[in-house]
Amino acid sequence: MSAFLEVNNLNVSFPTEDGLVQASNEISFTVDRGETLAVVGESGSGKSVTSLAIMGLHNRKSANISGSAVLNLASGPVDVISANEEVVRRMRGKEMAMIFQDPMSALHPYYSIGDQLSEAWRLYNDGNKKAGFKRATEMLELVGIPDASKRVLEFPHQFSGGMRQRVMIAMALINNPALLIADEPTTALDVTVQSQILQLLKDMQKEFNMAVILITHDLGVVAEVADRVNVMYAGKIVEQGNADSIYYRPDHPYTIGLLNSIPRVDQLEGKRLIAIPGQPPSLINLPKGCSFRSRCSFADQVAEKLCATVAPTLDNKESDHFSRCHLTEKQLVAARGGK
Amino acid sequence: MLKYLVKRISATLVVLTLISMSVFLIFDVLPMDPARLTCGKTCSPAVVEANRHRLGLDVPVQVQYGRWVKGLVAGRSYGEGQAQFTCPAPAFGYSFNRHECVTDLLKTAFPVTLSLALGAFFLWLFVGVSLGVVAARYKNRWPDRASNVFVLVGTSLPTFISGILILLFVALKFGFINPIDLGKWVSPFENPIGWLNTFIFPWITLALAYAATYTRFTRSNVIETSSEDYIRTARAKGLSEKVILRKHTLRAALAPIVTIAGLDFAGLLGGAIITEGIFNLPGLGRLSIRAVLNDYDLPVIVATTMLAATFLVIMNLLVDILYAYIDPRVRVA
Repeated sequence: MSAFLEVNNLNVSFPTEDGLVQASNEISFTVDRGETLAVVGESGSGKSVTSLAIMGLHNRKSANISGSAVLNLASGPVDVISANEEVVRRMRGKEMAMIFQDPMSALHPYYSIGDQLSEAWRLYNDGNKKAGFKRATEMLELVGIPDASKRVLEFPHQFSGGMRQRVMIAMALINNPALLIADEPTTALDVTVQSQILQLLKDMQKEFNMAVILITHDLGVVAEVADRVNVMYAGKIVEQGNADSIYYRPDHPYTIGLLNSIPRVDQLEGKRLIAIPGQPPSLINLPKGCSFRSRCSFADQVAEKLCATVAPTLDNKESDHFSRCHLTEKQLVAARGGK
Repeated sequence: MLKYLVKRISATLVVLTLISMSVFLIFDVLPMDPARLTCGKTCSPAVVEANRHRLGLDVPVQVQYGRWVKGLVAGRSYGEGQAQFTCPAPAFGYSFNRHECVTDLLKTAFPVTLSLALGAFFLWLFVGVSLGVVAARYKNRWPDRASNVFVLVGTSLPTFISGILILLFVALKFGFINPIDLGKWVSPFENPIGWLNTFIFPWITLALAYAATYTRFTRSNVIETSSEDYIRTARAKGLSEKVILRKHTLRAALAPIVTIAGLDFAGLLGGAIITEGIFNLPGLGRLSIRAVLNDYDLPVIVATTMLAATFLVIMNLLVDILYAYIDPRVRVA
């Protein structure tokens, strides 16, 4: 039995006046129902671009997309990359749904919450507006909005940020999708609200048995909810695998750097936070070899300047754990020791 | 909502009162004497004084204003004995140049201006918004470029050029209008075809100028709204592009257009001086320009100024109410 979502060698690039922007390259991963995949990486690493491609939300005229992203539906597999745009549109909101980073601007300011939720429901269900509002109220109750029957008539500006994100989740789940992509759902929220929203996502995943792709740059979030992790850098997956394995035995200098840069409560006062030096490379005309090498503190340990000439491949390091690095296992253990 | 309305309407009344006072004051301090203009150069001072008394200009400005307000409410009589005229309420005054109650002059001129403004308004709104939407959807492709040409022509041609060109080289050249009938007022309820015939070319002239601006405005608003997060949300829901444009993009993109459209329309209701002049339309614009330039007809000037200001203030109120209906964020308790 194959996984619910199978992404295979997905590439997305955008032609611009300055050159081809290779936003995501050679992306392959799978997510099954009930499983949470966290996609981690800094801004511009291709996390969102990849997920928008899976949702079919890129304009096919302005983006070059190759590879495949197959959803194994009950009615048979559909590759959203090559399928007819209209077919993909009819899958959005029904088979796959997405919630976005900024709930303040993701809801239409002129329509009531009930209008917006029932619009999503009525797109795939027969029912009048009244039934749509009834369904919307149920969903608001499910995501923990108090006084739902009254609030369903209100407008987005009458909700707080956390409540709006709950509304977004309710809207995404109103047609019981099998795949939910959450694009930094907690980034714009207060820390206390963040954990509530994450807990809600977890509960909803159980309730609907969904495959969840959680895009984030917060490793704390990853530790809390993820089963598996993709670490992305400069448009590529640099490390992939089981969440625990990546946490305890990171196999890529970038991941090691990310984990080191998390501030710790027990850290000595006055000690500076550790940062990865430098900036990510431009996605136009990516350098030959490893794209992380200019920021990597271990690149000089690799023999024959391999990092500058040969792009590392995503290799299996242990069971369910892959990494794109030339360092040997022994060198990596030493690198982790610096943690 | 009711409280808001009461507040807004009372504010509107205050504004109108202030406007009428300032109009009165402005004409009081102007160094021109309507009484002198009532008879020729050889007029004796006695006759001028008598005329001044008849015009009601021999009393201080605040008394004049009081009489004017009273006339609005209760009607007013001018002159004495044999030469007495009565204008029923609401009396804006009596034109001694044209020997008519100003209210009657306004009543004749207003339907002409209203017809002109309404027709032009719907024409430019329809053309401007549709072209703008098309230009936005086909951004940087040929429909966008074509609409850009239209915008350039529309904005760079002033109505006194485009109006004359349309009149000479379209309306008259192809015999759409008989020169004798030019600007003849016919009621749309009695003779709709004749009414259309009178107004179609003035409409096109006015709409050309306005539609250009609206095309540009709509285009940029639609493009801007299309990149909003909530449009991406609508797309992620699985809505079709048609529904997204109609229900989500346009609703937000066209809201600001309500504001400028309301004010532009109100401005036109005060009289389109140039267009009315070119097409010989006996509307409010012609009425006021004649009162100002030829007759120095004070009561008419005050009345047309007041009327134009009133339209603007009332339209402003209507726009605000309409906007609160469109945008829930504006609905204040």
